[in-house]
Amino acid sequence: HIKKMALRALVGCKRVIDYAVKIRVKPDKMGVVTEGVKHSMNPFDEIALEEAVRMKEKKLVSEIVAVSCGPTACQETLRTALAMGADRAVHVEVNGEDYDNLQPLAVSKIFAKLVQQEKADLLFLGKQAIDGDCNQTGQMVASLLDWPQATFTSKIDKEGDSLKIIREVDGGLEHIEVKIPVVITADLRLNEPRYATLPNIMKAKKKPMAKYTPADFEVDISPRLKIISVEDPPVRQAGSKVENVDELIEKLKGAGVI
Amino acid sequence: MAAVLARNLYRSISRYPTSIAGVSGTRRWLNGGLLNPVTQLSDEEQMMRDTVSRFAREKIQPLVREMDEKSEMDKGIIKGMFEQGLMGIEIDPQYGGSGSTFFSSVIAIEELAKVDASVSVCCDVQNTLINAYFREYASQEMKDRYFPRLAKDLLGSFCLSEAVSGSDAFSLQCSATQGGDDWILNGEKLWITNAEHAGVYIVHANYDFSKKHRGITAFVVERDTPGLIIGKKEDKLGIRASSTCTVTLDNVRIPHSQVLGEVGKGYKYAIESLNIGRIGIGAQMLGVAEGALNATIPYLNERVQFNRKIGEFQAMRHLKAELATQIEATKLLVYNAARLRDNGLPFIKEAAMAKYYSSEVACKVTGRCIEMMGGVGFVKNFPVEKFYRDAKIGQIYEGTTFIQLNTISDCIDKEFIN
Repeated sequence: HIKKMALRALVGCKRVIDYAVKIRVKPDKMGVVTEGVKHSMNPFDEIALEEAVRMKEKKLVSEIVAVSCGPTACQETLRTALAMGADRAVHVEVNGEDYDNLQPLAVSKIFAKLVQQEKADLLFLGKQAIDGDCNQTGQMVASLLDWPQATFTSKIDKEGDSLKIIREVDGGLEHIEVKIPVVITADLRLNEPRYATLPNIMKAKKKPMAKYTPADFEVDISPRLKIISVEDPPVRQAGSKVENVDELIEKLKGAGVI
Repeated sequence: MAAVLARNLYRSISRYPTSIAGVSGTRRWLNGGLLNPVTQLSDEEQMMRDTVSRFAREKIQPLVREMDEKSEMDKGIIKGMFEQGLMGIEIDPQYGGSGSTFFSSVIAIEELAKVDASVSVCCDVQNTLINAYFREYASQEMKDRYFPRLAKDLLGSFCLSEAVSGSDAFSLQCSATQGGDDWILNGEKLWITNAEHAGVYIVHANYDFSKKHRGITAFVVERDTPGLIIGKKEDKLGIRASSTCTVTLDNVRIPHSQVLGEVGKGYKYAIESLNIGRIGIGAQMLGVAEGALNATIPYLNERVQFNRKIGEFQAMRHLKAELATQIEATKLLVYNAARLRDNGLPFIKEAAMAKYYSSEVACKVTGRCIEMMGGVGFVKNFPVEKFYRDAKIGQIYEGTTFIQLNTISDCIDKEFIN
């Protein structure tokens, strides 16, 4: 691994159903309705990309490559990434049923190959995608590459050949130092992503986008998990109002809770 | 006939930025004979729409009510619009602008108006009246001077109307007399949008009243010029956060280099600019109507009366459908007028139709939305009453409805002369 002053960052940008959309389960209960529904970049991936762009503005990163695995529509997501500050984009095309069954392990293998091909020093990912909520890809890629991982990051600073990182964990904040190259996953409070400004949207057109398929990386993307069914959460039951604490205790006793 | 025109325009398309070719999105113009629906946006236009929509939702929405109450535009929003590149949409990137098309301005104005018509008109005036004016008529030297500033942080105001001259714009009384190499301006302009925060004013004054309107000249006056006095804001029914002030010129002395274009051509420039500007107003009113209906439809699915969601009643279903259809018709008029202009085709009749129809629809839709919301439509803690108040100005500014109808009628007459 050649040591250089400024680093190359790869950023994973997943195309997901927009966070504001009301999700509906498909009638066949095998998934959710995606047809005609508004999609955008996974919010945590936006945060990851923003961090990479900020590092580039500080001259710590020299090039940002945005990557997305999925159908042709992913190119819209990549163009947004280019408009936000990525220099190049890579689209790994996966369509139809293959895409429905694309799982984190397969994506991790593709990313691992890409990182090696692009000679990246940093891999930025969102901590999880808001559709699958798997929270696995970052960790798996680190393992496949035998790289250190810094997950749930809320602050990143560079010091020499390492990164000083603050992670958000259940007990509070964890301070760690990791050597580069490293896999980083972004948590909510890492930063507030910029909007793609109009001039940058217009400039993004001219930035290059390379296209591949999983076969180009010799990755077997067949699923290891099978979805049995997808259902709505149970409808929330109405509660009842009580007049005072005594009544509350009575009701709780009646419900067998105390 | 249309095919010949279209072919000729396609050949001249190299004059326009490449995003015009991108207008077709996935299907190319004239390739295989399939032209695109008016409502289909190019990838850039769609991205732009998404970004402006998000900016409006996240940065502007929280401040809308307060700005309306106080009749005060938040300076951070103006700054934010500049930072997003929304105030220099058609300005060339070499000057720091976004290098996009007029249609992109229309999209931006529409998306902003869905959230706040006042912010929308601020963006509209800057792009369609100020920047366009400089682009079409200013000398290269003046463009080099002003475009970088207009793209970065300089807000502009368009000063034409006076107490004596509204629809009868050419009867303006503001005078320009020569004093050596300078011009001295005297008069009072009324109803000037953006005046409170503007740094530059395009002022129309007459240098020779015996020439009637052919004496009208456009002057560029910077805010700190001695004698330029910005009056108090008007206390308005709608678009309250947009500043509307008197601009007084008391012996304002400016060098000859501040004349925009040619002396005595100001009347022509003003009228042509307004032809373009009214498409922008069409977009603003479209956004107002959309914003109102978007706020109303969820309510129809929530409010329960007579054991049913009120949205299930036929009256509500039919009204919702009628209003949505009127909005769609407005959208087609506005978008098509913008595309005609971007493609260098005649657009004056269509622009007037778009502005006239859009403002009528905005009034109708917002009024009906209040009815559908019932009591909550009438109070300030629901957004619909503001859309209703904001819509009214559409029938008045940048050419009243009566003037638009005159223009349309005249255009039709010209078509029948041969």
